[in-house]
Amino acid sequence: MKNVMPTKSSRAINWFAFAAPSRFYFLSKKCIPIFWFFALSLSIAGLVLGLLFAPTDATQGDSYRIIFIHVPAAWMSMVLYVAMAFWAIIGMIFNAKLAYRLSNSIAPTGAIMTFIALWTGSLWGKPTWGTWWVWDARLTSELILLFLYIGYLSLHSAIEDERKANRASSLLAIIGIVNVPIIYFSVKWWNTLHQGASVTLTKTSMDSSMLLAMLIMTFAFWSYTFATVLTRVNNKTLNEESHTDWVNQELNKLRTGS
Amino acid sequence: MIWSSFSDFINMHGYAEYVWGSFGVTFLIFLIEQRNLKTKYKKMIESEEI
Repeated sequence: MKNVMPTKSSRAINWFAFAAPSRFYFLSKKCIPIFWFFALSLSIAGLVLGLLFAPTDATQGDSYRIIFIHVPAAWMSMVLYVAMAFWAIIGMIFNAKLAYRLSNSIAPTGAIMTFIALWTGSLWGKPTWGTWWVWDARLTSELILLFLYIGYLSLHSAIEDERKANRASSLLAIIGIVNVPIIYFSVKWWNTLHQGASVTLTKTSMDSSMLLAMLIMTFAFWSYTFATVLTRVNNKTLNEESHTDWVNQELNKLRTGS
Repeated sequence: MIWSSFSDFINMHGYAEYVWGSFGVTFLIFLIEQRNLKTKYKKMIESEEI
């Protein structure tokens, strides 16, 4: 981190202090088990409610149960892209290694969420629309999102020099962000087979047990994502900061502990 | 509980392959992601170079 020194005089929380890789590492290490606890307990609760107790849908039968992973995965795919691009911007402005590392660690999970959204969407489309795939706005823009994630990751791994790799892939991430509102509003802007949003902040068209199961699964996906991304960031930190004393101490501790 | 029996539940009123294809593959993907992370971590810990 350049030009940003923690000041002792400020009484407010100094957020830049967490930009120190060591602080971030130990804080994340404490939080990861908590996120795992929530990921596991919430997914059990969500699956029990969604698969055993939520009623059968009047028009779609039981195929609608795919919603309990399709919607959380689709939401995550977009939120994670925005988060990835956000940390790319922060990385470029402050030339902050940790921000780039966050951006980089979000990408694989983002790609996975996008793939899950497409896969489950396809399996849902077959029984309800009669087709696995259509080239309509929602599906196509979500597919482009997957390509953006893959493009970001391949570009990053293709460039040898870490600084250049970070800057080039971040630029791609930032440009690609125009695709996110296109995905979100595609069902409004164009005629599409894909249904509109069942849930917005102000209204919902779902049965309450269905809605509850979907929200629980969404929080489960959030927790899973936090646990996974923080684990990935911490691994990268240990790998890339191995020249520092604190990482060497930590590695020795981990080696003797395992 | 809305199901009358276990086979009723597995059958998903005829949508078994779609529902379980979605949930199964999602679970599998998460499992693979975690296994990859674990493998990379172990390699890093075991290598003496860093």
